[in-house]
Amino acid sequence: MAKTVQVVEDVTVRFAGDSGDGMQLTGSQFTDTTAIVGNDLSTLPDFPAEIRAPAGSLAGVSGFQLHFSSSDIQTPGDSPDILVAMNPAALKVNLKDMKPNATIIVNTNAFDSKNLKLAKYDSNPLEDGSLSGYQVIPVELAKLTSMALDGLSLSPKEKDKCKNFFALGLMYWMFNRPIEITLNWLETKFKKKPEIMEANQRALKAGFYYGESTEIFTTRYDVKPAKLPSGIYRNVMGNEATALGFVAASVKSGLQLFLGSYPITPASEILQELSKYKDHGVVTFQAEDEISGIVSAIGASFSGSLALTTTSGPGLSLKTEAIGLAVMTELPLVVVDVQRGGPSTGLPTKTEQADLFQAFYGRHGEAPVCVVAAKSPADCFIMSLEASRLALKYMTPVILLTDGYLAFGSEPLNIPKFEDLPDVKAELRTDPEEFHPYLRNENLVRPWAVPGTPGLEHRIGGLEKKDVYGGISYEPENHEIMINYRKAKIEKIVNDIPDIVVEGDQSGELLLLSWGSTYGAIREGIRGAARLGYKSSHAHLNYLNPFPKNLKEVLSNFKKVLVPELNLGQLATIIRSTYLLEVLQYNKVQGQPFKVAEIEKKIIDVLGGNNGN
Amino acid sequence: METKTIEGIQELKYTAKDFSSNIDVKWCPGCGDYSILAQVQRTSPDFGEKLENIVWVSGIGCSSRFPYYMSTYGFHGIHGRAAALATGVKLANPKLQVWVATGDGDMLSIGGNHFIHACRKNIDIKILLFNNRIYGLTKGQYSPTSEKGKVTKTTPYGSVDFPFNPLRLAAGSGATFVARSMDRDPKHLQEMISRAAKHKGTAFIEVLQNCPIFNDGAYFQLTEKDTKPDNTITLEHDKPLVFGTNKDKGIKLDGLTPVVFNINEGSNSINDCWVHDEFDENPTREFLLSRFTDMPGLPTPLGILRQHLKPTYDADYHEQVQKVKVEKGHGTYDKLMFAASTWEVK
Ligand code: SF4
Repeated sequence: MAKTVQVVEDVTVRFAGDSGDGMQLTGSQFTDTTAIVGNDLSTLPDFPAEIRAPAGSLAGVSGFQLHFSSSDIQTPGDSPDILVAMNPAALKVNLKDMKPNATIIVNTNAFDSKNLKLAKYDSNPLEDGSLSGYQVIPVELAKLTSMALDGLSLSPKEKDKCKNFFALGLMYWMFNRPIEITLNWLETKFKKKPEIMEANQRALKAGFYYGESTEIFTTRYDVKPAKLPSGIYRNVMGNEATALGFVAASVKSGLQLFLGSYPITPASEILQELSKYKDHGVVTFQAEDEISGIVSAIGASFSGSLALTTTSGPGLSLKTEAIGLAVMTELPLVVVDVQRGGPSTGLPTKTEQADLFQAFYGRHGEAPVCVVAAKSPADCFIMSLEASRLALKYMTPVILLTDGYLAFGSEPLNIPKFEDLPDVKAELRTDPEEFHPYLRNENLVRPWAVPGTPGLEHRIGGLEKKDVYGGISYEPENHEIMINYRKAKIEKIVNDIPDIVVEGDQSGELLLLSWGSTYGAIREGIRGAARLGYKSSHAHLNYLNPFPKNLKEVLSNFKKVLVPELNLGQLATIIRSTYLLEVLQYNKVQGQPFKVAEIEKKIIDVLGGNNGN
Repeated sequence: METKTIEGIQELKYTAKDFSSNIDVKWCPGCGDYSILAQVQRTSPDFGEKLENIVWVSGIGCSSRFPYYMSTYGFHGIHGRAAALATGVKLANPKLQVWVATGDGDMLSIGGNHFIHACRKNIDIKILLFNNRIYGLTKGQYSPTSEKGKVTKTTPYGSVDFPFNPLRLAAGSGATFVARSMDRDPKHLQEMISRAAKHKGTAFIEVLQNCPIFNDGAYFQLTEKDTKPDNTITLEHDKPLVFGTNKDKGIKLDGLTPVVFNINEGSNSINDCWVHDEFDENPTREFLLSRFTDMPGLPTPLGILRQHLKPTYDADYHEQVQKVKVEKGHGTYDKLMFAASTWEVK
């Protein structure tokens, strides 16, 4: 039977099913294979909020979205072209996001009256014509899988669990990808359970051949490899990349990495990930609470470790007093805030950028800290190294902002060569000659003298310090001098960070200024609007406090500056107060990232004369 | 400090003065903290640690000024967090000897969570709790160890709280060295500090400390010459529990109830007394001893209620790190980054 192959530039696929259906695994296997065949890609999982929602229910739907392309892409895609729905609930939850005329592959075996009822369908959508705007491909996934596994001595339940691999095999066929990578993975994964390995391998192959031999599939798609910069790549999720970045910083600096942390969504994976790296001498302390998480890290910093604490918004609130202590004692410390929807418990599993004010100002007293942010899952790696570099060099807390969207999203990381990593290093003082705990160098940085070093015994703490000598001082002038030093020290960092880069025209009508995870959607939105004739430029901030030296100049080169943020305008407010420049805001606080289309539309609105307010 | 050379090895011999930072000590005149500082400085030379390897950590309160007066490394933290701070210092570098100076408000109120978890983990830190049963630095509010009914600035009609029993809390949380001493018994306090220094694991000493400004005489019944013998009992390993001005009061167990009896009366003898076992494997008697202060008629025990050895958190942690390093080999950047599947773009 002749099958046509259609070459397409980019595709967005979503796998959706019950949390027990293995959708995350299916998605990550598809991702690995897609990465290895050379596409650029970006992924986003969608976990149910409840850990164990009833099987088949709407609350229990788990999804995984993958956008892959033969060109450079930055987001997991606004709306999928293809949905694989393992049951009615998965169909119901995801249908609203699909492109018109999208392809939907459904597991018809799951569309029985019980599951339809659980998904709150009054009639079977496969039969009532409600899917007429889509290309529905019904496949008896469960039955076909069970047939493929005939003869294996597994229970019917165990066999049924393999149906995600059947679906994966089918998708591999559809997108012309090799199945060997997953076959090999199964081989290693289930080395000790040969029956399970065999069952999953068989299901995968059966799915692949099913596509080949049945008539319902007439078209295969081909997404050619992307032209990515040369190098060796691996796929990383944001939290994983953050963890890797800190281990790399530890290797680079030769310092022991110490993480004090308390589990919190969506930051826990960093703690989990770092707990694995004992071969790198990483010390992870799962503390009794958020406060102990940061305070133990401050203790470790005093002891000479590269010290880190990781958290999300509510935890950052609890750590606030201790950040002040690190400011006062001028010890190096990195605080990672994986932002989530707030305030209070808010939307723990959803993304937001509303902790920027807290990072900037959230302490009593004059307590400036360095603030940086990552723009993509892979960028979490570099910014972790940068945060470490700045903390050590300037003996200061550095807050690294990521968010839930970056934490679980994934994309390929072009692995930097060791010698190309940021220069993370520490100068530990050993010379007792002329040693004073608060004697500052040319960058206004005090020496790091750690316990165990003879002759440098000294006392530090949260009380105001005497300039140079470090003893307690209540003198009025001294307090002001020290406050100004601490501020000036943070400002000096400006000489140590790159200028902000404008992508597109260097001056003109409209500049979009962004920070954090909105980078990808904004970049793609700008491209999309440009294709329709609406030109704008883009500048993205990785360094927030201090801002890059040229920021004011860059902003003044444009008639309008638009600041899209997933908050009510926090960066916009800081820009206004810092530079006395008017900027336009574009805000969204729904726990969801910007869609490319939303940015595109906004640009067109603003350039069309409407300031968007 | 003198330097002696014994068999070719240079040995440091410190004196108490070597442990003083020589800055003005600013506690109120007559404060019990002076004695605690003096006893620590007197015993420090015998810790067997180099000065640079000792770290004093504290939180906030009168007691927490302590690190400034020592010549060792010191960290005056924030309120309540001394145990967490000390945990970080020790876990990052287990070679250090880490001490905590804290008070009843700092450690048992705002810092209660860190305290119980440090004890639970048996992290190798030594905690001196200066218990004056009052908030001193904030000028006289009741504390979590103030007795029920206490009249203070925040309890003008008497407090309605039940107090914490620090030793019971420490023992219950898993501290492996639990002791009590007093500012007004320098010799005993020195002994307790020296013994704690040698202990591996969370060591806890409750020091009954007089605050002459806001809670003067809180312990006079226990510290003054004429009342002390009948109101305290000094615990010594392998010795019977005997106390009283005439050393004639014994304590025996009637089931699980401690009973005071006259050892010279009738057929009674000293052999009927409960014999203290500092190294008891079973914590039951430790709990009973810790509860003496809650039971009217029983003396306040001074000394080590119990000490026992179990693996410390820091030692176990670093042993695990070493084991993994041996199993997997030392981590390198390449190993880190190439552990996942990679692909090359030419
Ligand atoms: S207030 Fe009490 S505890 Fe504090 S220094 Fe004065 S006497 Fe000592």
